[in-house]
This record gives sequence, C-alpha cells and structure tokens, in this order.
Amino acid sequence: MFPQKRRTRLMAMAAATSILALTAACSGGASGDEDEAADDGTPSGSITVLTWRTDRVEDGTFDKYVEEFKAKYPEVTDVKVEGVKDYEGTIKTRMNTDEYGDVLAIPGSVTPDQLPDFFEPLGDQAEMEKEYRWINDKSFEGKTYGIPVVGNVQGVLYNKRVWEEAGVTEFPTTPQEYLDDLQAIKDKGIAVAPLYTNYKDSWALSQWDGWRGAVTANPDAINEMTQSDTPWTDDSDYGATDGTLYDAVAQGLTEADPTTTDWEGSKRMIGVGEIATMQLGSWAIPQMAAAAEAAGADPEDIGYMPIPVQVDGKFHAVAGGDYNLGINVNSKNKATARAWIDWFNHESGYSEAEVGLSPMIDGAVPAALASFMEDVELITMNPAPEGKESLFADIDTASGIVTTDPKYRLQIIDDARSGARTKEQIFDDLNAKWAEGRADAGA
Amino acid sequence: MTTASSSVTGQVAANAAEPDLARPTRKVPGGAGSRSAWYRRLTPYLFLLVPIGLLLLLTYTPVINMFWYSVTDWDGLDKTKNFIGLDNYVEVFTDPDNLRVFYVSLFYIVGSLVQMALALYFATILSFKVRFKNMWKGILFFPYLINGVAIGLIFLNFLKPGGGLDTVLLNTGLESLIHQWTGDPDVANYSLAAVSVWRYTGLTFVMFLGAIQSINSEIYEAAALDGANRWHEFWSIILPSIRPIVGLAFILGISGSLSVFEIPFVMTNGANGTETFVIRTVWMAFQRNMVGLASAMAVVLLLFVLLVTWLQRKLVPEEEVDLT
Repeated sequence: MFPQKRRTRLMAMAAATSILALTAACSGGASGDEDEAADDGTPSGSITVLTWRTDRVEDGTFDKYVEEFKAKYPEVTDVKVEGVKDYEGTIKTRMNTDEYGDVLAIPGSVTPDQLPDFFEPLGDQAEMEKEYRWINDKSFEGKTYGIPVVGNVQGVLYNKRVWEEAGVTEFPTTPQEYLDDLQAIKDKGIAVAPLYTNYKDSWALSQWDGWRGAVTANPDAINEMTQSDTPWTDDSDYGATDGTLYDAVAQGLTEADPTTTDWEGSKRMIGVGEIATMQLGSWAIPQMAAAAEAAGADPEDIGYMPIPVQVDGKFHAVAGGDYNLGINVNSKNKATARAWIDWFNHESGYSEAEVGLSPMIDGAVPAALASFMEDVELITMNPAPEGKESLFADIDTASGIVTTDPKYRLQIIDDARSGARTKEQIFDDLNAKWAEGRADAGA
Repeated sequence: MTTASSSVTGQVAANAAEPDLARPTRKVPGGAGSRSAWYRRLTPYLFLLVPIGLLLLLTYTPVINMFWYSVTDWDGLDKTKNFIGLDNYVEVFTDPDNLRVFYVSLFYIVGSLVQMALALYFATILSFKVRFKNMWKGILFFPYLINGVAIGLIFLNFLKPGGGLDTVLLNTGLESLIHQWTGDPDVANYSLAAVSVWRYTGLTFVMFLGAIQSINSEIYEAAALDGANRWHEFWSIILPSIRPIVGLAFILGISGSLSVFEIPFVMTNGANGTETFVIRTVWMAFQRNMVGLASAMAVVLLLFVLLVTWLQRKLVPEEEVDLT
C-alpha cells in the first residue's frame, strides 16, 4: 500500500522535475560549479567571457589569449570564451536573466541609468580617466562601468589608386568637393560605384555617424542636439551627413540597385578598385586590406581619409571606444573578471592586432593609422551633462527616428532614388519628429 | 479514463459482463487493489502532464506576458515596467508608419488569391488522367519543402541585376521588361509577393488535390452519362465538393498575408517600402527597444487573425457537402 502510493508520487515528481529541468536548461548555462573565487581577490577559478568577435574565436586568437592569461594567473582554472552572433539582440535578451557571463561587452542599447542595474562599477570615473580614454559613455554618476577594448577613428575608406587615376590628389575639404570628386571618378569610369552604401547590410549606414562631431568640430554636438528643435540643417552635423548621403544617391554616385548590395563582396570590390569609396570606421582597414590581398590587388591601395569638412582650415576626426568590457553585476568571480579586463587592455595586444588605438592614454598608434593621425585633429565627444545621461536616447526613441538604427537613412536613400521627398522635405520631417520627441521626452 | 482502466484489466474481465468491465479490480478486497485502480486511472493524466506543462511554459506563459508587456512602456531591459494603459494600442493605429505596413499586406493578399487560382488549376488538371502525374505533383509541391530563408537567398540571386531572370529576359529578346526587381520601389512588393506565391502554391495545391481525390468516382461517371464535359465537371462537381477546403485555404492566405516575414526579411530586410507588419514589430522590439509597443502590435495581429477566422466561419459555414 505504502510503496504504491510512493510510486505515484514519484511519477508525479518525475514529471514535474522533467519540466523543471527544461526550465532550468533554458536559464542555466554560463556559470559552472567551481566559479567561486577566493575572497582575497586573487584571480582563480573559472570565468565566462562573452565576445562579439566570433571570427576571432573561430580563428583561435582567443585560445591564445586564454593561454597567456592562464600562464599569468595559474590559479585560474578555465576561461570560457563564448562568441555571440547578433551580439546586441542576443545579449539584451540574456540580460533579463542573471546568466550573461562574467565579462561581456556592454550592449549599445543599455542606457547610462541602467548601467548600475546590470554591471559592476570598475572604479571612480575621475580616477580612471587618468589611465583610460573613452570611458564617458559607460559612466554614470561618477562611476565607470566599462572600458573599451580598442579605439576607432572615424574617416572615409577609399581606394588610393582609383582616386588618383581620376585626378584627385588632394583630400576634399567640403561635402560639395567630395561629391565633385566622386563625380570625377564616375566620369573616369568605374565598374560598380564611386561610393558604395552597403544598403542591404543596413548597419553599414550607421557608420555615417562618424561624421557627427567632425563636421562642426564640436565635442558637444550630440549634447547640444537635445537642446535644438531643428538639428537637421545644411551646416549641422546630422544635416551635413545625411544631406551628403542624399546628394550622392540623388546624383547617381552610388550603386544602381542598393537592395542587392553585398558586404562580403564589397571588401574585394574596393580592393580591386571596382568601388572607390565606402563610409566605414578605421576598424574596417585591416579587413579591406586583407580582402585586397586575397584578390591579388595591392593592400597598400586601401587608404583612409578624413571626413570632408574643414573647420578653421583643419580636418577633424572623432575617436571613440569600440565596445566596452564590463563585469556582470551577478558574477560570482568578479576578481578574476576584473583581472581579465585589465590584462586584456594592458597585455593582450588586441588593439594593435586590430589596427585600432589603444584605450590607454599613453598607448601606441598603429602604423596603418599614423599618416591619417597627422592630417587630422582628434576629437573625443563629451559626455552628457549630469542628470541628462539618457536624454538623447529618450528623445531619439520617442521621436521615432531612432538615429542609432540605420532605418531612417535607408528611407533617405529610397527617397533620393525615387525623388519622393526632396532633401528639404526630409529635413523638415526629421526636425518635426525630433521636436515632437523632445516634447514627449520632456526636454 | 475508463478506457485506460478497462484495457489494463481487460484479461481479468474477459468473461465479465459488459457493464462490469471497468469494475472488477475495485471489488478485490484490500487496500492495495483499490490504490492500484486509483493509480491506474491517474496514469493518462501523468502522461499528459508533460505536454501540457510544456505548452503552459512555452506558449501560454509568454502569451500572457505579452499581454502584460503590451500595456507597459518596457524597453526590453529595464528592471521596472511602468503601466501606461492603452497608449501603445493607440500608437499602433495612429502612427502613419505603422499603418503603411497594412498597405503592404494587400500585395500578399492579392498574391494569395493568385496562388489559390493557380493551385486549383493544377489540382484539377492533375486529378484527371495525365502522363507523369506523380512527377508533376512532386515538382509543384517541392518549393514548399525548401526552407524560407533558403528561398529568400535563391531569389535574391535570381532577381538581382544581371541575375537569372534578367539573363533569361535578355536571351529571349524581352530586355525591355528588365527592371530592378527588388530595387524599384514600384515593383519590389510585386516581386516579393510572387516569391511568396511560388513558395506556397504547392501546399494549397496538395490540399485541393487531396479534397478532389476524395470525391466518389461514381459521380463523374454519372455526370459523364448525362453528357457533362470537363468544364461542367469542374463547375458542378469539383468546386462544390471542395468548398470547405477553399474556405480554409482562403483563411490561411489572409492570415499568412498579415504575418509575412521570412521572404521580405531575408531579401530586402523590409527596406525600400517592403516592410511588413511582423518585420516592423521585430524592428520595434529589438532596434527601437520599444518592447511594449511591439507586444501591442503582436496582440493586434493575433486579434486580426482571430477576427478573420471568425468571419470566415460565419460567412462560409461548415455545412455537409451534398452532391445528390
């Protein structure tokens, strides 16, 4: 009698457990059992590192980093590196649980006021600024939550040979000159396009954000935008950027059918000179040079020029951090996580390997960028004033424009091709939406 | 429950009278026996527990959460979700950008009508005696077996400038017809709807064919004796017989048209005026970070589909088909 009853219970429990197990399987994962670190702060045990560089995980670069890290800290048993595809979207969803690794890059959609909810403070901002650059964006109320792994400068990627063959030897100094030069390249004859938008891989259009700040040489350009009802004018940062894009498309200086562009293919095309120019950050230089070499062209042809606007006779380029590494606030092994971040910035050699600027103030400039750095004056964008850290994002979302998303630029290209709206109409619409967004966000 | 218990005890009760079938074990004196019966009757429920548990966990909980999110201003990350009433629903129906996607759905609705016509045509022809019948059936059904993403990629290459379609047109002297199939905003939605038709015609075709083949062949014979030709057979026998299936295909077509996703997402990513309702919902949730509003859009889509289904059942009642 009793055993029978127990068996029933057991079965019910078994069924219930199987459900629980499934639930657990969904949320479990990242943290192992031997995570606990010694409390004295010596790095030990194991950590999980989430990275967006799936390519560097696959080609074994990260294995090498892990080996070196473990050699330095022998008590560390394991560093699990997880390469995450579609990093932004995946990580944002995972951050609704507690299990999002120990070290991870802070997704762009995390607003500053959300930082303390999800990430461990790494130190006082004032203190850390003595050592690191570009930690503004990921700081909140005097605390810093993330350190960039590498810095990018923003300019325009071009094929030197093609530009020179079209008779252009000086960098354009105004958007109009830039368009004229592209026209000259078109007149000379080019296989695909003088300027390739990569419309289909729409993220590439976000790279035009590299113009922000460089146009007016104003490190407060973004902050001042929250105070303006008309940020799209012919001379403003956004106006010059989106206006140049509009004009280039309307004048037929871009590819004929943008809906069929091909990012991987574009690397080869600019290498062999079928494309003359692309709007990309400095991070793209090594990729394009490698593709040029693979296609049998000269990697030296890949050049990097400043944004075609001068203020007081000088070019300006915005420098900023790539993804910032932070520590999961729920991590059980924060000491080791911190050691990884410090080691990664100081000793891994990652920033040089990626042809980027070091996040450290006294870091070295890679050779490929040296000549570019001589032509331009670097700007680092100022942080939002205290209490207004989320204001830009709030207005941006409320307005429905979402400048952080390429969608509105896709629309600009559509309109430039079809002529559905003139540049002025587009600017008016954007300004009206922005003003509405400001009202909604209480700016 | 009784069936389970009777099958278990079937051998004991083999000779028992019919009404007693389920009872013998209960008559056995002693606690163990009655426990056993109780436990055995519970068995089917225990087996059900797992699928129902999974259903609750993976379908109903998320849906209930979605209803909750749809009345909040959640951004997908914040620890707090503020209740904002029906604001999201108002926004779904007042933002002109949100309304435009319904216009795009019209292309797919028209496409689904074309698809039904084509499917009916092929199903009727292949229900008669045709050479290589099975091969034709296979060819028509095959596109449905291909993954939607793969189809998107295939057609991306087929429709790109200088791609397959342009080459064919060029070689047949029809180069005046060449367009930018996805690049021209006036043509893009037609191209995408046509790909959708290509993909789903096979499914509709098989549904129609199955229904047509279930028609009793004597009816055709009787009709032939009365001097009916093929057209009469189609109009008076085939179409009335498969009316419920046509109704079903229509509903699937409408609800499918409202929730088109894969093909335009892969081929144009919703750019160039091809954004559909679901693409916009996904964009709203994961790019604009307005999970609340996106949930409201998902709820609206759900209600739309329920409404269409309800309408269809009102307009085309499931009556018994009677051909006599």
